[in-house]
Amino acid sequence: MKVLMTEYLRIDLDDENWECRVCDHVVGPARGNYKEGLLVHHRDPADIHPPVIDRDKYRFTFCPDGDWVNILEFYCPNCGTQMEVEYALPGHAPLYDMEVDLDALKEQWSHREEMLEPSTGPDVSVDRHQHNH
Amino acid sequence: MNKKSTDIEVDTQDQKLVAKFLKETTLFLGPDPEIMRDHTILPCTEHEAECLEKYADDAYLMSSIRDRLSAAADEGYEMVEQMGAAPGAKWGDVITGIYSKSGDLTIGSAGGVLIFSALVHHPIKFIIKNWVDEPTVGVSEGDGFIHNDSRYGNVHNTDQSMILPVFHEGELVCWVASTVHEGENGAIEPGGMPSMAETPFDEGLKMSPFKVVEKYQIKRDILTFLQNSVREPKLQYEDMKVKLFACMRLEKRIKEVLSSDGPEALTACLRYTNESVMTEVRRRITEWPDMTVRTYVTMDSTLRENALIKVNVAVIKKGDRLIFDFTGSSPEITNRAINTALPGAKGMIAQAFLNHIWPDLPRGQAAFSPIEVITPNCSIVDASVNAPNSQSLMSIFCCFTVAQHAAAKFLYSVPQKYTRVLSPWFNMINTFIWGGVNQHGETLGNLCADLNGMGGGARMNLDGEHALAPIFASMADIGEQEMNEEEVPFLQLVSKKMTTNTQAPGKYRGGMGYTMIVSTKDSDQWGFMTTAVGSKTPAIQGLFGGYACGSYPLCKVEDVDVYDVLLNNPGQFKHSIPEIMNEEPFDNAKYSTHHMGLGFDLSKRGELYMISQGSGGGYGDPYERDPALVIQDIEESLITPEWAMKIYKVVLDEDTLIVDQEETKKLRNKEREIRKKQGVPYAKFVKQHVQQEPPADIPFYGSWNSDYDVVYAGSRDDKRDPKNPGPIYITNPRDVRIAELESELDAVRAQSGIQATDTRK
Ligand SMILES: [Zn+2]
Repeated sequence: MKVLMTEYLRIDLDDENWECRVCDHVVGPARGNYKEGLLVHHRDPADIHPPVIDRDKYRFTFCPDGDWVNILEFYCPNCGTQMEVEYALPGHAPLYDMEVDLDALKEQWSHREEMLEPSTGPDVSVDRHQHNH
Repeated sequence: MNKKSTDIEVDTQDQKLVAKFLKETTLFLGPDPEIMRDHTILPCTEHEAECLEKYADDAYLMSSIRDRLSAAADEGYEMVEQMGAAPGAKWGDVITGIYSKSGDLTIGSAGGVLIFSALVHHPIKFIIKNWVDEPTVGVSEGDGFIHNDSRYGNVHNTDQSMILPVFHEGELVCWVASTVHEGENGAIEPGGMPSMAETPFDEGLKMSPFKVVEKYQIKRDILTFLQNSVREPKLQYEDMKVKLFACMRLEKRIKEVLSSDGPEALTACLRYTNESVMTEVRRRITEWPDMTVRTYVTMDSTLRENALIKVNVAVIKKGDRLIFDFTGSSPEITNRAINTALPGAKGMIAQAFLNHIWPDLPRGQAAFSPIEVITPNCSIVDASVNAPNSQSLMSIFCCFTVAQHAAAKFLYSVPQKYTRVLSPWFNMINTFIWGGVNQHGETLGNLCADLNGMGGGARMNLDGEHALAPIFASMADIGEQEMNEEEVPFLQLVSKKMTTNTQAPGKYRGGMGYTMIVSTKDSDQWGFMTTAVGSKTPAIQGLFGGYACGSYPLCKVEDVDVYDVLLNNPGQFKHSIPEIMNEEPFDNAKYSTHHMGLGFDLSKRGELYMISQGSGGGYGDPYERDPALVIQDIEESLITPEWAMKIYKVVLDEDTLIVDQEETKKLRNKEREIRKKQGVPYAKFVKQHVQQEPPADIPFYGSWNSDYDVVYAGSRDDKRDPKNPGPIYITNPRDVRIAELESELDAVRAQSGIQATDTRK
């Protein structure tokens, strides 16, 4: 059975691996940090958050200061999907963000049906036609 | 057991004597750790158990009483919102609620600031512990108590509560309370949230819970003292009355229940509600995967100077336990206002659950009661009573964000959800706090309700909503600017216009924030403050491959009277920050940018203060964004075609905005290949990139990497014990600047041989 853990990652409970949901690539052992199986890129903040006011003229520009924050992008090494982005302190180690208790996960899902798509939760949009008099 | 029963009796007697002695000789009833560190629903009393025994099986009665009480709480909320004079009241920064006899908030209003739901039980418990049996105070029918000091249970002391006990035939049965963000409180800066406060004594009125109402009448002598202590005496009186009347309405509704169903049914209903919510919360936690999720966000300023201040969390879920562990967060900063008392931090996490994770649960303290919180002592999220906390919003908003970010990672796999999985909301109050003498000659100090226009986080299958709601209230309003302008001497020349290209990108993008450009017109005693972090680095994260928002500066234009410009040469005025800052359309004006911690700044007629509300976080890989959504954002001027092509890799015709689907697909595949080339394997990246110490030239507060045995206190050389970090004083930035200038001056003097005019020591 496979458990959908994030938008791009699932855990294969039988093989005990993290897998890419886009390309089925085996990322690494589910008892470890999935990031260790990914590629990392240190992104210039200006690529994502343009300085909408002139960088040469002003100190604060709507673009984060690259000396003060690092944008770390994590990619699937097989399909290049961006699975995670971390806004990190400059030079700070990336976080082991999801440390799963795999045995507990196996036990929990032994009582559940496998899900191929995640549930989204209740719909809160109003049916306008019904209330339109 | 070898002990004889008489020994135990002696022990108990001794204990009683010691307790009596201590009580009688206590010189000051300060914030009580026993009350203040406990956010849980108190244990079921014997009386509550008896009432439950009698009524708990009657689910219909329990539910009908609960519905009546919750309608009463909403009625009280409406009253305060409609009648309240404070801008905060008008726009929903309010809560009303019904508390059990022991003081636990059981039923709060659905709307308003739910963080209060986790806080106001503390002052009620203080009243129960100290004033009920105190002969000089006492608690009787018709009494009302006021409170605002966050060290006794509050967000910050700009919020004031009115608390009333409810009696039935002479017996106390429960409590009601109403809380409003009032604004003015007599602090060193107007508006009630001074960022300049360096000690708690700079923060204005510090009301421990005390009696201001007897026989349902406000005591005039005390009222006058309170009015005399703040800049808005009229507001102080009006809103005390409004809160009192809202509480009296709640009391009336409760008395209706008492007369129809009796006090035992009421008590049973309150206990039943708390017990069933706690049971349901434990069940919901059990459904989450057992896991530890780690995240942090960084404040980039103390509101006085830029610095990196870490709010760190590990969220541990095991079985039906959920633990928020803030170990590794920054120590408290002794002379800066951004610290929070522990209940504020907990309240903000509670609110993340009540607003964004389990919004279907009854609004009360029980929803958060089973969740555990660990905080380092004397830290930015659990400050001592000696640290100022008037800008606790800065640190508690970060607590909200890390809770929201971590929760999303737990929630994704859970089969039954109660809301969408959500990227972090924008979390700062990018608005103007204002004060001075208005066009009618009145002294005012308050803020623009635009703080309620934070951008929503992107959802797992939808974009975030623009300028939707503040993180602290899912149902709040931005208010009518024109109404506001009748009372204040400034105009918002640009308002509610989204700030182009400040989107947090993703497969689904965050909801965006809007530009605010204000300028004083009809007063020469008027000024502005801004109090937000995030001008250098965002204080949120994105989710699952989505980005966070960018950073948001304060821009100023001085030495211009824009009202003259509008009168004589209106074409010269521009309606966006980039146009004004980049084109510099006004002759001889001075253009500058600042971080968002602007201390109270006296303004001149026609000068511009310009800021933007922020964007919620993005969700998912931007290369997966539907090109049709990209085009829609371009059409709505949220982003420019140039930026859309760069971020989303959409191939489009800039004139017709027609997307070439095939070329887009090809480009995106090509870009994914580029990622694979530019990306570095994790181990290699860590080796190249990770430093063993924080940056040498940036003031940093908190733990580094995963070493929690040390916290940094502003520099590499200042390492502290996280269990006992000791005081941290930061030099006044003005003194820092003077020292810089003096050393420059010395250098110039030395070079030029010019002597100082006075060389005496
Ligand atoms: Zn893949």
